[in-house]
Amino acid sequence: MNNEKRNQNYLKYVEQKSPKASWFKSLFHAFLIGGAICCFGQMCGDIIKSYFPLMDILLIGTWINVIVITLTILLTAFGVFDKIARFGGAGTIIPISGFANSISSCAIEFKKEGLVFGLGAKMFYIAGPVIANGVAYSLIVGIVYYILQILAVV
Amino acid sequence: MNRKIGDQTFELVSKPTIIGTGCFVGEKEAYGPMGKYFDGYSSDDTLGQDSFEKAERKFFERAINIALRKTRLKPTDIDYMIGGDILNQLVSTNYTARDFQIPLIGVYGACSTMSESLALASGLMSGGVGKTVLCLTGSHFSAAERQYRNPLEFGNQRQTYSQWTATGAGCVILGSGDGPKITKIAFGKVTDYGVSDIANMGAAMAPAAYQVLKAFFIDTKTIPRDYDIIATGDLGKLGSDILRDLLMKDGYYLGQNYMDCGHSLFNSEQKTFQGGSGAGCSAIVFSSYLFEKLKNKEINKMLLVATGALMSTTLNQQGETIPCVAHVVEIMNLKEKVNG
Repeated sequence: MNNEKRNQNYLKYVEQKSPKASWFKSLFHAFLIGGAICCFGQMCGDIIKSYFPLMDILLIGTWINVIVITLTILLTAFGVFDKIARFGGAGTIIPISGFANSISSCAIEFKKEGLVFGLGAKMFYIAGPVIANGVAYSLIVGIVYYILQILAVV
Repeated sequence: MNRKIGDQTFELVSKPTIIGTGCFVGEKEAYGPMGKYFDGYSSDDTLGQDSFEKAERKFFERAINIALRKTRLKPTDIDYMIGGDILNQLVSTNYTARDFQIPLIGVYGACSTMSESLALASGLMSGGVGKTVLCLTGSHFSAAERQYRNPLEFGNQRQTYSQWTATGAGCVILGSGDGPKITKIAFGKVTDYGVSDIANMGAAMAPAAYQVLKAFFIDTKTIPRDYDIIATGDLGKLGSDILRDLLMKDGYYLGQNYMDCGHSLFNSEQKTFQGGSGAGCSAIVFSSYLFEKLKNKEINKMLLVATGALMSTTLNQQGETIPCVAHVVEIMNLKEKVNG
């Protein structure tokens, strides 16, 4: 029997049979939660600005990050964040909250194997690949930008 | 001599009796539709241990103790135990055997371990190896998640076709005397239809159940209607539907007498999508609900077909697909012979 053909047909059949998440609903959830996180960040920024009108805009940005990261880690530790993320999907992963959660959840999970070889080694288990790829891609973008600058396009 | 019938099935001459069972489950399982059949549950899924791997072992320990108490046996009465779990190096089974000091045959069949253990034990016993044998399997949601998937608190979305690893352990003690007997066994071939998505276990495992069930039906010249219950292990809703379709193509119709342990373990409000999975799934449903029905003679002839996805996350990342296996155990309430 031709297994390759059988497998292809089977995978096509499974694809058809598997229930699909409604992408409109997923998009709406992501918009809701992602938007709420961003609005919260903006709100923090505005409050800081109203108390410290002379503060540099970049420094305000840093403060917003610090607040969102701290809150995410607290929510992760209390076991609430994964429930929000299950609802919000990419809406919670794309903002910096997703990054903070990926590191803190690994830290909690692997603490049982010890502080050095557990927590220390596996804290970046999920975030590590993101950082490595982020650096690699920004390098490529940088080179492209440099060439475009030489060619006087930008 | 035990007789081989057809390609994959063995008929046992001296048929071992299931003399007792025990199971201990987690809270989520206890609140599911099967809840009232379980022997015990704990709302603390760590059972006072400091890691989930150690907790899984505690579940095993409690299941064994319940089964021993019910059968009035001591650990020294058990000739050997056959069992396994889905953690690397069968840690839970090995450490449990260390604590109980019962000789151990550790087997790995992923989620098919319950029927694999029952089949092996009854085959060996029928051949005269052992008089009282204990079969043991279980799984733990949190321990399985950290080995196969992501940290517990990591915020990601579950696929709509995913399943939920059952927390709990089931223990079955085989011996002699009155009671439901294991009459035929069939070991399955490793089947791989090219599914590589580790979230879609049902679709990966359904062909394995199909392979061994079809062989069993042909070997024994039976049809699904001849059985009171045909129970698969943890195909979930999607996998069960696929199995129905696959068998239907060959003219075998699975009717009302077909159930899936995973699918019937949780209700739809428990957000497990396709239902339960994991080695513990078939173990706890068989050792509670199904055994109770067998004992009360509500069902007299059944097939247990636990299915296992023999996946390794390493090989999956290397691009390999998921090989799966399933084993059939036929259990019957035999009519007592009138001695002459």
